[in-house]
Amino acid sequence: MKRLLLFIPLILFAGMVVLFNWGVDQDPDSRTALEAARLNQPVPAFQLTRLEDQSPVDQTILRGQPMLLNVWATWCPACSVEHPDFMKLAQEHGVFIVGLNYKDDRDAALKWLNDLGDPYSLNLFDPEGRLGFDLGVYGAPETYVIDSTGVIRYRHVGVVDERVWTEVLAPIMRAYGFGGSESTAQENEA
Amino acid sequence: MIPELGHLALILALCLAIILAIVPLVGSYIRDGGWMGYARPLAAGQFALTLLSFLCLCWAFVANDFSVAYVANHSNSLLPIYYRISAVWGGHEGSLLLWVLILTGWTFAVAAFSRQLPLDMVARVLSVMGMISIGFMFFVLMTSNPFDRYLPHSPMDGTDLNPLLQDIGLILHPPMLYMGYVGFSVAFAFAIAALMSGRLDAAWARWSRPWTTVAWCFLTMGIALGSWWAYYELGWGGWWFWDPVENASFMPWLAGTALMHSLAVTEKRGIFKSWTVLLAIFVFSLSLLGTFLVRSGVLTSVHAFASDPTRGRFVLALLGVTVGASLLLYAFRAPTVSGRVSYKFWSREVFLLFNNILLLVATVTVLLGTLYPLAMDALDMGKLSIGPPYFNMIFVPLTAILSGLLGVGIFTRWKSTDPKVLLRELWLAAVVSIVLALALPFWFGEFRFQVFLGLLMALWISLATFRDLWNKVQRKAGVAAGVRQLSRSYVGMVLGHLGLAISIVGICLVSNYNVERDMRMAPGDAVTMGNYQFRLKEIRHVEGPNYVSDQGYVEVLDKDGDLVTVLLPEKRNYVVSRSIMTEAGISAGLFRDLYVAMGESLDDGAWAVRVHYKPFVRWIWLGAIFMSVGGVIAVMDRRYRLKVKPAVKARANPQGPAGEPLSAEPTKAG
Repeated sequence: MKRLLLFIPLILFAGMVVLFNWGVDQDPDSRTALEAARLNQPVPAFQLTRLEDQSPVDQTILRGQPMLLNVWATWCPACSVEHPDFMKLAQEHGVFIVGLNYKDDRDAALKWLNDLGDPYSLNLFDPEGRLGFDLGVYGAPETYVIDSTGVIRYRHVGVVDERVWTEVLAPIMRAYGFGGSESTAQENEA
Repeated sequence: MIPELGHLALILALCLAIILAIVPLVGSYIRDGGWMGYARPLAAGQFALTLLSFLCLCWAFVANDFSVAYVANHSNSLLPIYYRISAVWGGHEGSLLLWVLILTGWTFAVAAFSRQLPLDMVARVLSVMGMISIGFMFFVLMTSNPFDRYLPHSPMDGTDLNPLLQDIGLILHPPMLYMGYVGFSVAFAFAIAALMSGRLDAAWARWSRPWTTVAWCFLTMGIALGSWWAYYELGWGGWWFWDPVENASFMPWLAGTALMHSLAVTEKRGIFKSWTVLLAIFVFSLSLLGTFLVRSGVLTSVHAFASDPTRGRFVLALLGVTVGASLLLYAFRAPTVSGRVSYKFWSREVFLLFNNILLLVATVTVLLGTLYPLAMDALDMGKLSIGPPYFNMIFVPLTAILSGLLGVGIFTRWKSTDPKVLLRELWLAAVVSIVLALALPFWFGEFRFQVFLGLLMALWISLATFRDLWNKVQRKAGVAAGVRQLSRSYVGMVLGHLGLAISIVGICLVSNYNVERDMRMAPGDAVTMGNYQFRLKEIRHVEGPNYVSDQGYVEVLDKDGDLVTVLLPEKRNYVVSRSIMTEAGISAGLFRDLYVAMGESLDDGAWAVRVHYKPFVRWIWLGAIFMSVGGVIAVMDRRYRLKVKPAVKARANPQGPAGEPLSAEPTKAG
């Protein structure tokens, strides 16, 4: 009987291994989906400025069409990795992308967009990370799918590349009405 | 050519590890001294080859050989030479090679410093360590080879080391941490060897103790360095974030602390054997678990390594085989009978048992907090994360109980203690701690219950410790003679416990009385905080070897307008990796730190600046230094240098009233 008790650590450990095994098996994309306390909630209210001219904007601007909200910063090396992909999304697929410049420096951010190109239809400047905090941002880069009524539909942590777009983000965007006649055709090619 | 030599050396080291894992172990079963005798030279050879391999990688960094992919990804020709060397462990592959190097180093150390051990024990211990080496060397060679080349299109220059890692704290932090993690493999190997041989006696505990303590000292310093680094480098002024990676190092520390205390009971009294062996397995398992969590990407952490499913699968297999096999061995071989040793409730045995239970509860708390998000996700209950409030809520009361019992525990004796004696020795310390803990918060500012509680714990531990010390040094020949007669292990214990008290003071005061202000400052602006005035004189442009920087020149004046110090916070722009780093300007003091970090540059030359006044923050790390020094002194105790006395054989007792609840205890620890 006592001997049987000694097996308890082994059994508990086996349970943990099963859990980890499941965790490793998870598609890395779903791991980066992370907590989604804000999922299916409207974008939290905010008062920020535009990056370019410091004019004030609030949450009502994130309405009207499905869009991506990309959290980025010049201090974030991974952001430069995904930058060309966002350029492509904006130029070739006509995606409406909002850039949330996160805990960054205005001049550096403007210089970055000037040098590398600006894929964003709208640039928000969040130097203190207020909106980032309300969204629960872990770190840059993160990308959110927001539908035309301003509700958050998906959260992706980490770099967005071609594969993430076609396999994860594009289907969600389409589910919320992304893609008119012409861009749908392009989508199918991709 | 040199990187290929390194690769080859590692393969040869793996071959030696395989022989080490088999030959001496077989020798111990067929009782062949010749076979067992191979253990020490094999351990030495394995270490020499791994060291050669590691040096080859260092050479590739020093010589800027960017055809090696790992070098190209983690270095740059502009990088100063000392960072080029530390860049060797700046990424996944190289840090894993460092892990292996340290493992073979510990194996070699056991081979070298084990003259008093019976040969069959040495053979088994080294074989077990050889098995661990095999796993990790395979891991390096098959999934994470640092010697892989970028050919034929090798880059002209490297992408530079992550600027966060270009720092003295991060040069030292990983090696120290790994010395701790991997050092616990020695206690683990001793435990497994003891289970294999069935000789689970006091001698086994005595052999394991110094190794465990040394590993624990390294881990303590490693964690403290990491915390100190986060404090000055991240620019947030925080020193602990309950991040999964931090937790991964904290769990083995908590369990290792429990193991040190439990080994004491097993050595001195020959009891708690099953429990101690299980703890030894746990501690190293938690080290492996930490490695798994950090390297597999199962948990999302700010400092996780790039995740890769093959690597995750490999470490999981390594973890499953190592821990599963050892727990299986434990289940079959651990003694279910305990020694015929009796003790009462008011005894040191019971108080050390309390210590173990509390530390284990703390470990499990951290483990659950770390794995909870994964478990919730697995059960499809949504993706959640647990923040600092959960950990703080549990750790404050746990530490309070632990500290309370610690003070009493010091005065308890083995077997049984008269509670009246405890009362007589401790009432004064109790009264003084309560009075001072009530009064001191007013002196610091305002009264807060948390401050009262923290100071009460710290005062109680220190006063009880000093009282005990005072009792011990009172000899007929005078106090000086008494001090000389203290054993080193006792001095080590005193320092360790005082270190805990010091850290508690630091954590408690800085968490409660930290003053922090974010503001906009242009050159010439000044701000007053408490007794200090911070004046931003100018912003200067500074150029480093691989970065350009905006440096603030901040003068700090006291109430009389005298200059206290000059702080030089920086915002560095690392050119190659295009990342911006914050270097905080810190004036360190025993009782307060003044801390200035630069945020973003605003318009017309002004900057967002964050100013902190951090009372007693240094005490957090000072306490860790006390603990580590205490551990080192304890290891230098005479009895470890003497020839081992005949082992205190624990006698079997079929009734086993004492050990029984203990062997069931681990059920909590999962």
